[in-house]
Amino acid sequence: MAELNLLEAINQALDQAMANDERVYIIGEDVGQRGGVFRVTDGLHAKYGEKRVIDAPLAESIIIGSSIGAAMYGMRPIAEIQFADFIFPAFNQIISEAARMRYRSNNTWEVPLVIRAPYGGGIHGALYHSQSIEAFFTHIPGLKVVAPSTPYDAKAMLLAAIDDPDPVLFLEHKKCYRLIKGYVPDEHYTVPIGKADIAREGSDVSVITYGMMRHYAVEAAEMLAGEDINVEVVDLRSLVPLDRETIINSVKKTSKVLVLYEDNLFGGYGAEVAAIIAQDGFEYLDAPVQRLAGLDIPAMPYSTPLENEFLPTPSKIADTLRDLVNY
Amino acid sequence: MEKQDLLADYRTMVLIRSFEEHCQQQYTRARIGGFLHLYVGQEAVAVGAIGALKAQDHLVTHYRDHGHALARGLEPKPLMAELFGRSTGTGKGKGGSMHFADKNKNFWGGYAIVGAHLLLAMGIAYSIKYKREVLGEADQDGVVMCFFGDGATNGGEFYEAVSMAALYKLPIVFLCENNEFAMGTPLSVHTSVTEIHKKASPFMPGERVNGNDVEEMRARALHAVNHARTEGPYFLEAMTYRLRGHSAADPQMYRTRDDINARRSGDPIALLKQKLIDQNLLTEKQAKQIDKEVEKEMDAVVQFAEESPAPDLSEAWTEIYSKPL
Repeated sequence: MAELNLLEAINQALDQAMANDERVYIIGEDVGQRGGVFRVTDGLHAKYGEKRVIDAPLAESIIIGSSIGAAMYGMRPIAEIQFADFIFPAFNQIISEAARMRYRSNNTWEVPLVIRAPYGGGIHGALYHSQSIEAFFTHIPGLKVVAPSTPYDAKAMLLAAIDDPDPVLFLEHKKCYRLIKGYVPDEHYTVPIGKADIAREGSDVSVITYGMMRHYAVEAAEMLAGEDINVEVVDLRSLVPLDRETIINSVKKTSKVLVLYEDNLFGGYGAEVAAIIAQDGFEYLDAPVQRLAGLDIPAMPYSTPLENEFLPTPSKIADTLRDLVNY
Repeated sequence: MEKQDLLADYRTMVLIRSFEEHCQQQYTRARIGGFLHLYVGQEAVAVGAIGALKAQDHLVTHYRDHGHALARGLEPKPLMAELFGRSTGTGKGKGGSMHFADKNKNFWGGYAIVGAHLLLAMGIAYSIKYKREVLGEADQDGVVMCFFGDGATNGGEFYEAVSMAALYKLPIVFLCENNEFAMGTPLSVHTSVTEIHKKASPFMPGERVNGNDVEEMRARALHAVNHARTEGPYFLEAMTYRLRGHSAADPQMYRTRDDINARRSGDPIALLKQKLIDQNLLTEKQAKQIDKEVEKEMDAVVQFAEESPAPDLSEAWTEIYSKPL
């Protein structure tokens, strides 16, 4: 057990998976000697060699397309998309091939592929280095999509993803990488994909969220604790499959719910969560389901005040929760 | 298959032609729906090239995949049943025409996003190399043969695939079936380099071959496969001509009936038949007998498809994840 940041926890998971199974290899842009732009793969090239830690061409379609083929023929590739914003040249490969392979082949072929993608903003990455991409992929049956936000969960869920016979999009919030620290067991352990986590127990209002917003929600909850408002924070961790039971149980408990996500509001992943609550939790609700999310503008802007305007922040979250509690 | 049996190849080509003619008939009768792309006129490419593969080799192809499936030895009955959307089909009715596949034959299927499957094929080849070099599986000596059309060579994934295959010296044969049209767009309109093999020449050796001559096709494919097995990627551009429309519903505004008739002299089946007759390996009577036998087989194939049950509705919800979510 050691205190690690999110990035170090992911590195440890990669190392353990590669040590356990020679079929596991890493492919991505600058993942080799450089150890990745965020240094997530630091040390692995030296330890496992260039055949297992592969510096790919700057062509995401190659990274994903070749990994799908290799996964179909028995490998366990871990493909890194350097920034989630760069995933779109590989969009077709993920949607048309990886997600459908089992379905189109009567279970003959599967694609045990993990796609790691650093996403999210608040780091002045601007137009091509800050976006959230989950809604595009959670829409597609055949894929699993996870977004752990603590070092403990990140290691556990990455190991679970690597063991998983289905393609998993593993989203790593960039701002969490060095900011979020926590105790991580040294050994190999997993958290099942598809289970939410109650990040904070509460009784007055529920926040359903994931990613960096989990931490902002907890911060907002601490602010409101002094005002005698007791906030429950549910960290979904896994977006597909979704733990509907934990969501509805929280709604039953608090009767008021805020769905919080960093992506653009319109058509975002939280819209589906809100629809599920409206349909399955209606009789437990004492207020309309609220959403707080990123602005509906083409991309996260660069300048600090504009970026803060885009993002839900702890104070915006607290304001929204105050209004909701007083409804 | 080292020594080519031209008579057997002739029979397979006639089988493919007949399969396609029956598909057209059944499409006209609305028993086959959706989009149907026939391989009529290109039979020598699949039969010649796939005959150069060994059992441990791999085949990945494009959406016009009926001929490749049959040339690889897939049974026609489940293929026709798939076209009929029946539970006995290769994809249990989920896939249809463009997505035949059979793991037992290392036939990784037809793919309908033009050019995308080149990267999948490259990944399978990468896996072969990885198994040999990292996992120490010395018996991994398979070659991947990847088919695509001339229309697939303008998109970025084509260049991505040939570049990386060359970089890693992967055991793969890229086989372009140049039938002179990207759907309805002629070669000269869709590409600046009409000698397609030259597009790959900075990356790997390659050549243009007569894809309507099954003997030449086999000989050059054997050379290509041997090169891929021992040295690295190889590129074949097989010149051929699609005698039917892009799909069964194509009005073919881009060429005239006279254009097509002028190309019938290059029909690979007619060419091979004449060659066999000239070499005293076949008589007109024997050829008619082959036609009759194939026709009878195809009647049984269609009957099998017709009599097969539709998939149960629950089939829609199967095989999405390894375990239901």
